[in-house]
Amino acid sequence: MSISVAFEKARAEGRAVLVGCMPAGFPTVDGSIAAMTAMVEAGVDVIEVEIPYSDPVMDGPVIQKASDIALAGGVRTADTLRIIEAVAATGAPVVTMTYWNPIEQYGVDAFARDLAAAGGTGLITPDLIPDEAHDWLAASDAHGLDRTFLVSPSSTDARLAMTLGHCRGFVYATALMGVTGAREQTSSAAPALVSRIRAVTADLPVGVGLGVRDGAQAAEVGSFADGVIVGSALIRCMVDAPDEASGLSALRTLSAELAAGVRAVER
Amino acid sequence: MTDLLLPDATGHFGPFGGRFIPEALVAALDELDAAYRAAKADPAFVAEFEGMLRDYAGAPSALYEARRLSAQAGARILLKREDLLHTGAHKVRNVLGQALLTKRMGKRRVIAETGAGQHGVAAATAAAYLDLDCVVYMGELDTERQALNVARMRMLGAQVIPVATGSRTLKDALNEALRDWVASVDETHYLLGTAAGPHPFPELVRDFVGGIGREARAQSLEKLGGLPDAVAACVGGGSNAIGIFHAFVPDEGVRLYGFEAGGDGVSTGRTAASITAGSKGVLHGARTYVLQDADGQTLESHSISAGLDYPAVGPEHAWLHDSGRAIYEPVDDDEAMAAFQLLCRTEGIIPAIESAHALAGALRIIPKLAEELGREPVIVVNLSGRGDKDAHTAGRYFGILA
Repeated sequence: MSISVAFEKARAEGRAVLVGCMPAGFPTVDGSIAAMTAMVEAGVDVIEVEIPYSDPVMDGPVIQKASDIALAGGVRTADTLRIIEAVAATGAPVVTMTYWNPIEQYGVDAFARDLAAAGGTGLITPDLIPDEAHDWLAASDAHGLDRTFLVSPSSTDARLAMTLGHCRGFVYATALMGVTGAREQTSSAAPALVSRIRAVTADLPVGVGLGVRDGAQAAEVGSFADGVIVGSALIRCMVDAPDEASGLSALRTLSAELAAGVRAVER
Repeated sequence: MTDLLLPDATGHFGPFGGRFIPEALVAALDELDAAYRAAKADPAFVAEFEGMLRDYAGAPSALYEARRLSAQAGARILLKREDLLHTGAHKVRNVLGQALLTKRMGKRRVIAETGAGQHGVAAATAAAYLDLDCVVYMGELDTERQALNVARMRMLGAQVIPVATGSRTLKDALNEALRDWVASVDETHYLLGTAAGPHPFPELVRDFVGGIGREARAQSLEKLGGLPDAVAACVGGGSNAIGIFHAFVPDEGVRLYGFEAGGDGVSTGRTAASITAGSKGVLHGARTYVLQDADGQTLESHSISAGLDYPAVGPEHAWLHDSGRAIYEPVDDDEAMAAFQLLCRTEGIIPAIESAHALAGALRIIPKLAEELGREPVIVVNLSGRGDKDAHTAGRYFGILA
C-alpha cells in the first residue's frame, strides 16, 4: 500500500492527514503496539514507527529518551518489523522513520523486502540525502516502497527540485532549523517552505514536522500543509506517565485533540 | 598518486566518507566547502595561517632523534615533537585553521565537541586568539573526570555545556554539537575536532594538520638524507595520523602504521579499535569503520586514553586500510603504558597516552621490519601530544598516585 491513499482520503474530506510518531519498542514491544493502536483508534491517520537508534542527531531529548528506553529493553530491527506488521493490521498506513545505519546493517534490499512484506509503506530517512541513496532508490523501486526525504528552509532551489524528484508518497518539510521537540510556537518558515515545494511539484503531498504539540497548532499547520507530523508531544505522554495505563490514556486524549485540530480548518 | 587526490568532489574515499546528514546541514557544508576551496587558493589566507602556526603555535615542530630510546629499541627512532606546540598537541593546527576560516566566512561563533577536553581547550584557545564566541559540548561524565580541562576552557572564555544524554561521553557531545549546528548554522561554524564527519571535514582537517607530515618528510630528507622506513601514529578519530601520513602516501617505500586503542584487548570487547574490531557502517555523517552491534547500534568504546576512546575512525583511514596503503593494528592499554614509561625513563619526555600507543606499536614492529630490511629500521613516530594532562591517569596506573 502507498501512503498516498491516506492523503487522497484526507484531501477528499478537505483536511490534512495527521501523522503520529512513536519509537518501536518503547516502552516495550507490546507496549509500543498498544500505544500505536491507541493512536489509530483516537483518530491518528498514519503511524510513523521510528526505529530506535543509539545516535539520533535529528531528534530532541524526548525521542532520544524513548529510544534509549527501547534499546535498553533489547528491541531489535526484526522486532520493529513485527510491530509494523501488527500496526498495519489495524488498517492505518504505517511509515517507518529510520537513521541510515540500522538499514545498512540489516541489508538495504533485504530490509526493503521485509518491510514491504510486513505491510509498511516506505521510509522517512532523516540522515540519508538522495545524493547518498543509490542503494535505497534501487531497493524501494524493486519493492514498491515510498521514499520520504527531508527538505529544509535552507535547501537551495536546486536541491529542493532534486530532492522532490526522488520522493514518493510525501515529502517531509522540516519547519524549523532545529531538532525535534514540542515548541511554544510553530515556525513562520514553514508556510514559505511549503509554497516553495508547491512551486516545484503540485502533486506530491507535503508533511510538516518539528514542533507541533496541541490541537491549535495542528489546525494551524493543517491549514497550509497536507500532513501534520507530531512526534515528541505524543511520545511525552508515555515518557511522563507514572504507568502504562495512564500513558495510554493521555496519548488517546492528545491524539483525539490533534485529530480534531486537523479537522477544524477548511482546506 | 591518485590517493593524494582523494576525496572525490563529493567527499568519497573509495566507498567511505560522503555525507550522511540531515538536509538542513547541506547548505552549511556546501558553504564551508566553497569557502575552504577559495581560502586554500588564496595566498593571503595561506600566508596568514602559516604565520599563525609559526609565530603563535611554534611550528615547525622538531624531528628529534631519540638516541637512548633507539639504543634500547634496536632501531633508529625519530620523534615528531608535536607535543612541543602551543596547547601541547597537534590539534592546535586544526583549530587555528578552522577558526581563521570561520572569520573568513563572516561567522562570529564556533561550537566544538570534546571528549577529555583537549580539543575543547584547543578550540577555546583559537577562539580567544581570534576573538570568536565559543561553546564546547562535553559529556557530563567527562566534565566530572576532566574538571581541570573544564576550568581551562572557562578561563579562556568558552562556555562549557555538559551533555547528559546517552552514555554522557564524547559521542553524545558530538550529537549535541550537531543538534546545535542544525539550529544555528547561519552564524555558527562547527569546529570539528578530528578528520572525520561529513564532507568536507575529513579533507579540511587533514589539510590543516597536514603540515605534520610535510615538515617530517622535509626534516627526514635533511637529517637522514632520505626517507624513513616507516611512519607510526596513533589512531582514534585519526587527525594526527592522517596529518603525518598524507605527505608520505606517494612514497611507496615508506610503510604507514596506524595504531588503534586496543583497550583491555580486542578479544574482550572493551576496546576502541574501530578498524580492527569494527565493521563498515555509518556514524556521525560518514561511512567508515564503526564499533557496532549486528543491528547497527553504536557500541561504547573503551581505552585508557580518552583521546582515542571513540567508536569510529576518519573515512580516509578506512580507505587507506582497505586499499592496503596503511596498516592498522591495535595496541592494548598495558602495552601503551609500558611504552609511556620507557619514553619517560629513556628520554625525559612524558608523552600523551595517545602518543604512547604510537610508540608501543613502533616498538612492536621493529623485529619484523629489521628482518625484512636486513638492517636496523628507521622509524618516525608522531609524538602527537604531551602527557601533562595524563599525569593523574598514569600516576594511578603506575601506583604513584592513589
